[in-house]
Amino acid sequence: MNLALFIPELALVATAVIVILLDLLTEQKRLLAQVSISGLVVAGGVTVAMWGHNFPTIFNNMLAVDNFALFFKMLFLGVAFLVILSSVDYVIKFARFQGEYYALVLLATLGMMLMAATTNLIAIYIAIELTSISLYALVGFLKDAKSTEASLKYLLLGAVASAVLLYGMALIFGFTGKTNLHDIAQSIQALSPPTLFASPALILGIVLLVAGFGFKIAAVPFQMWVPDVYEGAPTPITAYLSVASKAAGFAIILRVFFSAFGQPDWLSQNWGLIFAGLAVISMTLGNIMAIPQSNIKRLLGYSSIAQAGYLMVGLAALGVSPVGDILGQSGVLFFLASYVFTNMGAFIAVIAISGKLNSDLIDDYAGMGKRAPLLALALTLCLISLIGMPPAAGFMAKFYIFSAAVQHDLLWLVVIAVLNSVISAYYYLRVVKVMWLGQAASQEKVPSSAALRLALVLSCLGVLLLGIIPGYMMRLAELAARIFIP
Amino acid sequence: MGLVISFWILAAICILAALGVIFLRNVFRAALSLILCFLMVAGLYITLSADFLAAVQILVYVGAISVLIILAIMMTREVQRGSPSNRLQIPAFIVAILLLEVLVLTLLKTPWQIATTPPLAPTTTALATRLFGEGGFILPVEIAAVLILSAILGAIVLAREK
Repeated sequence: MNLALFIPELALVATAVIVILLDLLTEQKRLLAQVSISGLVVAGGVTVAMWGHNFPTIFNNMLAVDNFALFFKMLFLGVAFLVILSSVDYVIKFARFQGEYYALVLLATLGMMLMAATTNLIAIYIAIELTSISLYALVGFLKDAKSTEASLKYLLLGAVASAVLLYGMALIFGFTGKTNLHDIAQSIQALSPPTLFASPALILGIVLLVAGFGFKIAAVPFQMWVPDVYEGAPTPITAYLSVASKAAGFAIILRVFFSAFGQPDWLSQNWGLIFAGLAVISMTLGNIMAIPQSNIKRLLGYSSIAQAGYLMVGLAALGVSPVGDILGQSGVLFFLASYVFTNMGAFIAVIAISGKLNSDLIDDYAGMGKRAPLLALALTLCLISLIGMPPAAGFMAKFYIFSAAVQHDLLWLVVIAVLNSVISAYYYLRVVKVMWLGQAASQEKVPSSAALRLALVLSCLGVLLLGIIPGYMMRLAELAARIFIP
Repeated sequence: MGLVISFWILAAICILAALGVIFLRNVFRAALSLILCFLMVAGLYITLSADFLAAVQILVYVGAISVLIILAIMMTREVQRGSPSNRLQIPAFIVAILLLEVLVLTLLKTPWQIATTPPLAPTTTALATRLFGEGGFILPVEIAAVLILSAILGAIVLAREK
């Protein structure tokens, strides 16, 4: 086995330990952020260098080092980079435990990287738990009433979701006798269709897996934790949850459902229809519940539920299509990349504005266009991207996913999705209207730090580049999705 | 035959104890019932030839976790009032019954993978080889170590004084 292929993960663990120890020794707390970022850069550099080599799996077929895993690893490392940049000013408010904050962010990133790469049910479960436990602690980091309530809710519901997931995995293991995704696929394909059809354990196992993973991606009806947790958590962590945690959930869904349950066709059509149903209720409920919200973090929380719905339109299209649909798969990956940049950008702008105002209420954003024109412009761009209007990335992302769905006779689903996009425009544009046309309570400027500005510029650049020249990212996504084409 | 009979006796007590956890109003009694349930699960493991797992179950759950639960109850005030019931009792009951039906049907109708080799005894060496040996589950073991680090960090952070 080649341990060199494990360097990105090892680098993250090492950085996390160094950050904790350094926290004891130094008074210069900004150093902690710098060390964390350099650890991420090292891990990212090695990951980029591994791209495109088609390495074999390591750890006895448990960890894939394919382009799909590398694509997501780069995504998570990028998000962690932005999260740490946008946390610098936020964390400085804590008197103690800054090292633990950065270490937990790094360990959660490690968990997500493993989620995207593991190909064994046992390793998948432990990777999910590593991510979740780090996030539970981060959500409760503020220790005020709201943050503690959010953390407790997230912990309890997350534990239930884990139990459901484990039960599903146990049923699938009991039915196939295997834990490796590839072996599961082989033993399912070896069975005759009538036996498969008469095996409720497989179906129930898949349904329970959908429920367990659905909690991670915050799909309706597994979304009840979202608004309270998003509101109570420290804002950089809310951004992290809404972006990376969701992307990791989709990464694991794609890998498990394609590697293990991609064949025979009727099986994939069945789970495709499950995702179609979840997509409809997630989009509709997410968008309708977002309309009356007055808190920007709750609004973005419901919006992220709706976005998960659009993504599941892509999953449904993949499920019902016969194998080899490279456009659909790379479309889902492209949507995830564009969603990551867009939502990160929106949250970084919120961190900058709310940090100054000490309020998350949308009404308090009135007159931001005059008080902080650049922040307001960036937030506007990101909200436009979330609606799916050109020239932002969200337009191309929705275009790819919806056209894949239309090609596979899911026109009804696309009609619902487009109607939902129209509904969503209402509440996104309301924020824009308040910012640019509302009367400011004071004329005081809203300054922001260099780290926040850098993070915001990077995210907005990503949103614009993906929207104007989507070809490059699309090619990366195609290379990453190729592992699912037999 | 003796194994089969003891399996069913243990299973029945286990389910009764689990029901006790739910229906006993007094939190302390519910905790004792939970410990009985843990103990019965350890017994089930023995009847299933999982000797190492049974020992771990007794050490960790019956030994450590139960002490933790009882300590937590001792430190909590107003235990005597018991756990309040809520309006969702009946819907929850219906959902639970439906779930039970689905699970039982699934168990009965599925053609399960049944091992043809007799169970190993003792299992400790084989488990160690699978976990730490060549071609085994060393990756999950290592991730579990990092997971515990993360849990310790979380505990330190959440238990701090404000």
